[in-house]
Amino acid sequence: MTIATTLDRIPTAVPTELARGRGGGGPAHRRIVVAYGFWIFILSDMIMFSALFAAYAVLSSNTAGGPTAPELFNLRNVFIETMCLLLSSYTCGIGVLSAERGRPTLFLVFAAFTFALGAAFLFIEATEFAGMVATGAGPSRSAFLSSFFTLVGTHGVHVASGLVALVYLVAQVLVKGLRAAVLRRLLCWSLFWHALDIVWVGVFTLVYLMGGHS
Amino acid sequence: MSNPEHVFDDRTPGVEEHEPTASYLSYTVGLGLAIIATIASFIVAQTNLLWPPGIPVGLIVLALAQIGVHLVFFLHLGSGPDSTNNILALAFGVLIVFLVITGSVWIIANLNTNMMSMPAQ
Repeated sequence: MTIATTLDRIPTAVPTELARGRGGGGPAHRRIVVAYGFWIFILSDMIMFSALFAAYAVLSSNTAGGPTAPELFNLRNVFIETMCLLLSSYTCGIGVLSAERGRPTLFLVFAAFTFALGAAFLFIEATEFAGMVATGAGPSRSAFLSSFFTLVGTHGVHVASGLVALVYLVAQVLVKGLRAAVLRRLLCWSLFWHALDIVWVGVFTLVYLMGGHS
Repeated sequence: MSNPEHVFDDRTPGVEEHEPTASYLSYTVGLGLAIIATIASFIVAQTNLLWPPGIPVGLIVLALAQIGVHLVFFLHLGSGPDSTNNILALAFGVLIVFLVITGSVWIIANLNTNMMSMPAQ
């Protein structure tokens, strides 16, 4: 019996004493271990964001007589930004899944979509920031705006670095092909990109929707 | 499957078999749910569909729901044995995030309350 036909018969509910990750069944696969390590990094990044969220929550009412949240935020733009990031998260997941299933062309198509949507998000955010600074609502205006630019700007920097990493990974796929090491890097990158979308859920809820309302 | 142990010991160390962790369908379901949660958040924030003092709570609930959708459908955190360590690490991360945010808000709110001769915010 070959491994392939045996694997087809693995029951979905693996007995606990044989399950990897619960002390049985031998060491976990490398991609599981690598993804776990990267997951720890993502969680530490989340903890850094939590400090910025806490700073914003504490300082958001200290406007020092300057512009307040409802005067500054354009919720229509925020909605478009949110949809860009959400769809890019989707195309990223589909792209990496295509790569894992050995379809490099499909991966490249979805990587291009992911990059375009991420770049659109960054463009809208940069335009918003430039408009705010031009109207005198820059980060030095009030504690509220300092914490706003720090929180949202840090997220934007993460998105920008994610786009750079995506270009780097696409180059690796083109040069090296879909070998195991490249696939692991792609998996880690998709974790990073999905995590950025989770942070953005917090940003648009706490900063834009709750701030723009009250 | 009379001898399931055979299945797990039959592999040469270092050989990685292909383990599909996800499907196109799960991503699409996740996208649909996330879009619904996002649109609901924006509607709740801009209308009086909810009782107005309850809007922040409603927004937080929708955000938590969407984060859950992302974790399950995009990051594939499930109940399988491969996810156990990830879930435990996530639980610790959530604890720290909770402590940092609620602790800061709580302490500063106390300071603001006890501060004398400050104009009301």
